[in-house]
Amino acid sequence: MSTQAVPPSVAQAFLRTETLTAEPPPPRPRLDLVKALFGDLATSLATLLIAALVILALPKLLSWGVVNAVWSGEGAACTGVGACWAFLRDKHPQILFGIYPPEEQWRPMLVVAIFLGLSLWSLSPRHWTRVTLAAWVIGTAAVLVLMGGGLFGLEEVSTSDWGGLPITLLLTVSSLGLGFPLAVVLALARQSDLPVPRMIAVALIEIVRGLPLLSILYVAAIMLPIMLPEGVTIDKLLRALVALTVFSAAYLAEVLRGGLQAIPPGQAEAARALGLSWLQTTRLVVLPQAIAKVIPPLTNTVVVIVKNTSLVLVVGLFDLLSSGRAALADPAWPGPYAETYLFIALIYFAICFSVSRYAAWLERRAAFGVRR
Amino acid sequence: MTDIPAAVELSGVHKWYGDYHALRDVTLSVASGEKIVVCGPSGSGKSTMIRCVNRLEAHQRGHIRVAGVELTGDPKTIDATRREVGMVFQSFNLFPHLTILENCTLAQTWAKKVPQKAAQETAMRYLERVRIPEQASKYPGQLSGGQQQRVAIARSLCMDPKVMLFDEPTSALDAEMVKEVLDIMVELAAEGMTMICVTHEMGFARQAADRVVFMDAGQILEVAPPAEFFAAPRHERTRQFLAQVLH
Repeated sequence: MSTQAVPPSVAQAFLRTETLTAEPPPPRPRLDLVKALFGDLATSLATLLIAALVILALPKLLSWGVVNAVWSGEGAACTGVGACWAFLRDKHPQILFGIYPPEEQWRPMLVVAIFLGLSLWSLSPRHWTRVTLAAWVIGTAAVLVLMGGGLFGLEEVSTSDWGGLPITLLLTVSSLGLGFPLAVVLALARQSDLPVPRMIAVALIEIVRGLPLLSILYVAAIMLPIMLPEGVTIDKLLRALVALTVFSAAYLAEVLRGGLQAIPPGQAEAARALGLSWLQTTRLVVLPQAIAKVIPPLTNTVVVIVKNTSLVLVVGLFDLLSSGRAALADPAWPGPYAETYLFIALIYFAICFSVSRYAAWLERRAAFGVRR
Repeated sequence: MTDIPAAVELSGVHKWYGDYHALRDVTLSVASGEKIVVCGPSGSGKSTMIRCVNRLEAHQRGHIRVAGVELTGDPKTIDATRREVGMVFQSFNLFPHLTILENCTLAQTWAKKVPQKAAQETAMRYLERVRIPEQASKYPGQLSGGQQQRVAIARSLCMDPKVMLFDEPTSALDAEMVKEVLDIMVELAAEGMTMICVTHEMGFARQAADRVVFMDAGQILEVAPPAEFFAAPRHERTRQFLAQVLH
């Protein structure tokens, strides 16, 4: 028994005489649809349940949205049986541009085109240059002139008459375009060894985060004019814009701080050891990596910021959502809420979905050649 | 004595981390072209000492002069000194978001205002010297540890430093890659670069060092030429250390 304590195959020495060449992997198993849908009892039940829901809901949805829908005509044509798409056909300028003078609506249209064009141009990181930054500054100035008028023979339109998509875009561009640089400053200040900037940043971030956006907007819209000395007025749109920008900056700053903390200190040390200044180190070495690391939570915050702009309706500004609600108030129509909100939801979805797909693309690109 | 200032001169340097006395009366003068290897157990203050030389750490007492210029809190002096002193880290610290070439041109173009094209030529020259010009367009994450460390050396050399500091440059490397980095360091030493190397590679110390510095508990215990240092260490603590390191 004890003579064979170790099996001979283990005890033998081994020397490979030929090298194995790499072979292709075995084929991937194909997706079996039947198995995927009816593989076991739980799966089968889930499949049947979802199928039943679709079969129940789809005909009603089709009959409401397509078969019985009213596609054109006046308010009286909408009986309530089907969707009243005629309302959108008639009212979409008012939903999109609010109470902006109808004969001047080419101006907000052009504004939307400018923002869209600038955004599309800025997608490629190759275009992240000073020229693009200047284009945004000039573009935004052009937008303000176009909307407000009073220059170049354009009829003057008060900001209280601005509305719809241009307001939403303007608020978004400001919350992100001004909020992001402010967030960078706040995040860096919060990380700083200097006590005063750090305390200011901590105080601002904590106060803003501790308050609901609605209350900040109320303070900006209602309290601020009371607190200002007599004769000094600040435009309501501007006040809301500042409130949203500061609010966004506080949230973005905290996301960025997470990224900054994830960068090993050796990165900044190596940059400083090469003779780069603190500012150059931060701008060229630390921030690019920190931002790349927090693209997913940053996207999340950006999407929330886009939708936050709709809250300005509480202070009487007519963004896209409140313009839609205003359009619904027309007594000539039976108030097609679902149709209007679907239309507005579609626009928000288009914006937010584009943002998140773009961010996913950026994230893959920021892998810096490392396969993940 | 000549009037030529030492490349690096530390005199009576003390440093504390909180209450911990990390450097205690460290005095060392490194002549231009001299190669110094610093060894000692971990926590002995070796890294702290060389990190004080380019002021990644600030000393609290004593004087440090680099090429005759005293390091104080003055940011201008610090930035100027850092451009004269190259540093190679244990963890390479290449910038992962930049290509190898960009890693080598970044500080040239921003800190020294060298035009882009000239900076790239310099970078390629040094990448050829460390024998990886073909990797110039890759990202650090695509290179092996040894390759990354060689890039880090090239990146420092691009700034045309008068002194090179090495902080355990081979400690994070797989055994197979240590030699390719040491070979570059030996070549650099042979070319007359002033070097201060914290390393456990005693073979390198024997081959390239002019003097070996032994540190323990924040103090320099022994300084000797390598032949003497390894054959006849004088301090008891040095003998203990060498008995552990050389087997």
